[in-house]
Amino acid sequence: MTEHVRAVQPEPDMVQLLTPEGQRVEHPDYPLDITDEQIAALYRDLVLVRRIDTEAIALQRQGELGLWASLLGQEAAQVGAGRALRKHDMAFPTYREHGVAWCRDVDPMSLLGLFRGTNLGGFNPHEHNFNMYTIVIGAQTLHATGYAMGVVRDGAVGTGDPERDTAVLAFFGDGASSQGDVNEAFVFAAAGNLPVVFFCQNNQWAISEPVTTQSRVPLYKRASGFGFPGMRIDGNDVLASLAVTRKALDDARNAQGPTLIEAFTYRMNPHTTNDDTRRYRLGSEAETWKLKDPIARVKAYLLREAKISADFFTDLEQESKRLAEHIRAGCRALPDPTPESVFEHVHVDMPNELREQRDDFAAFVSSIEEVSA
Amino acid sequence: MTALTMAKALNEGLRKAMEDDPKVLIMGEDVGKLGGVFRVTDGLQKDFGEDRVIDTPLAESGIIGTAVGLAIRGYRPVCEIQFDGFVFPGFDQIVSQVAKMYNRSAGLVRMPITIRIPFGGGIGAVEHHSESPEAYFAHTAGLKVVACSNPSDAYWMIQQSIASDDPIVFFEPKRRYHAAKSELDPEPYPLHQARVVRPGRDVTLLAYGPMVAMALESAAAAAEDGRELEVIDLRSISPLDMPSVIESVERTGRLIVVHEAPHSFGVGAEIAARVQEQAFYSLEAPVLRVSGYDTPYPPSRLENEWLPNIDRILDAVEQSLGY
Ligand SMILES: Cc1ncc(C[n+]2csc(CCOP(=O)(O)OP(=O)(O)O)c2C)c(N)n1
Repeated sequence: MTEHVRAVQPEPDMVQLLTPEGQRVEHPDYPLDITDEQIAALYRDLVLVRRIDTEAIALQRQGELGLWASLLGQEAAQVGAGRALRKHDMAFPTYREHGVAWCRDVDPMSLLGLFRGTNLGGFNPHEHNFNMYTIVIGAQTLHATGYAMGVVRDGAVGTGDPERDTAVLAFFGDGASSQGDVNEAFVFAAAGNLPVVFFCQNNQWAISEPVTTQSRVPLYKRASGFGFPGMRIDGNDVLASLAVTRKALDDARNAQGPTLIEAFTYRMNPHTTNDDTRRYRLGSEAETWKLKDPIARVKAYLLREAKISADFFTDLEQESKRLAEHIRAGCRALPDPTPESVFEHVHVDMPNELREQRDDFAAFVSSIEEVSA
Repeated sequence: MTALTMAKALNEGLRKAMEDDPKVLIMGEDVGKLGGVFRVTDGLQKDFGEDRVIDTPLAESGIIGTAVGLAIRGYRPVCEIQFDGFVFPGFDQIVSQVAKMYNRSAGLVRMPITIRIPFGGGIGAVEHHSESPEAYFAHTAGLKVVACSNPSDAYWMIQQSIASDDPIVFFEPKRRYHAAKSELDPEPYPLHQARVVRPGRDVTLLAYGPMVAMALESAAAAAEDGRELEVIDLRSISPLDMPSVIESVERTGRLIVVHEAPHSFGVGAEIAARVQEQAFYSLEAPVLRVSGYDTPYPPSRLENEWLPNIDRILDAVEQSLGY
């Protein structure tokens, strides 16, 4: 046991369409027809989701949020995957997919309640086809798979009608790949040839455990054992993430079954605002990954290759500031839960005995409010 | 001896157990280099090595299921579940395998497994990090369930649990981990025995884990109004030390059980049932429960009101005395 077996496979090829230096490269399997304006739009997404993250961390430091799980370093994986979705596709996130939420037009404010302690999820998954966050590791991969079973039963795959055919995108982490739920999701998806794409952000760490604690093989290779394709992408390359996820979702919609995508990336920040990385990893690791920053390479490309006006960058800076202001003000204004709200929606049909507890609790809370007033 | 926090006392207890018995292993998520998210296993991997303090893959069913195999092979695993709400992927292994193996093997296979679970709320956490699932385990034949409430008990009870040949689910009140420091008792107290931690004669308050401190604070507040509350730290949830509880109820005639877990079908209900069976004629008032409500654990902004607190406990005291 002491001689831990580390990953034995050589570094596999991974799909990359934009190098860390900002050079476009072609990949025979993933041709990407994209204009510079579209790349600029992705750049805007990347910058704004990083801003959301930065603001949330600051709010946590000021005591406005109880906790925050930062996406720093994972923006490209999330924005590429998020923008590959079509409107009627469905996404099932973990607790870190703020970038995907952004791409689904979920107001960042809807995400903050969970972290501020004012609600337990609290938004409608159907509104933007984006499920609530799931904290129990891996559980959502089965939910995505079951949703895909429903899609098949509804005849919403393989019709050739882009307005009808639907795919499901399930997010999870490298640590989650060890959970029974995730492996069962793979089994069900394969058995049913389901329209679900499993998107694993391998950010190298599950809190303090390196990915080698979870797997001796690169994670994307797990797929072949379950009977569906798997591939690894440069998770810091938004174009690779977009192209490969788009292809996998197309396959799913065309009744070609599931795909596993391993986005090879890095969690630049601590696991959450409660974590202390100094106990388990070297700072130099993050320094190395900084050179592969997901945003800097797009900016390099835009500045060098694209005819994007300077105004674009100054406008974006302004937009980013406005977004930050919206988050700061909105977070503080999030309504505290009422005592009654804790009892609402426990059951569709509230039992009388619970109604009595609710009334007792509300009376108790208002009695202490009176005393302290 | 120096005073220790509960986290440190558990750490010392685990260290002692590992020194005493080379078959003792620690396994869980982030228990190695990180020392656990609450630092309870801090430094143990450094001192005992990676083959005795094992950072497992992220899978609770795997942690418990492999502990069963290790136990069959003669080891004494101590499993850490990172938070109360994450025990459920391992629930099947606990309920269907750990709890039943001794019985199914007609006593030939023992399961000396300790399952440590930080439990309870009050730390402002997000969902699944503040739950009190003890009743599920107490309801399962074959498991023993204990909860420590202070550093000295933590130190001794963890060693006693590890030494036990029965599987024990060991609940640690996470909000007390880094609360007050105290000295360790020189000798252990019997594991499955309750303890009077504050004598009194008007009403008995029965609590365990995080609620012992709350009951003691309530008793101190009540004393200012001339009420003498007796506080019992239950310590063992299953088996229950009913003789100690009955002895107290026979003196006070009034009993209030306090737990964070939801109201219905819980430890309080079991105790109330047994007290009315065993001490009916001593009761001056019905047994009351001060508990969480029958809802999911609330968003943290409401947890201090939702959890039993001094106000609610003192209300119950008045209600009991009003009969
Ligand atoms: C079932 C379960 N066990 C344990 C935890 C505690 N926990 C929260 S996040 C985490 C690590 C997750 O790592 P990974 O899947 O790689 O995702 P990442 O956080 O790196 O995005 C753990 C152990 C949990 N949330 N759920």
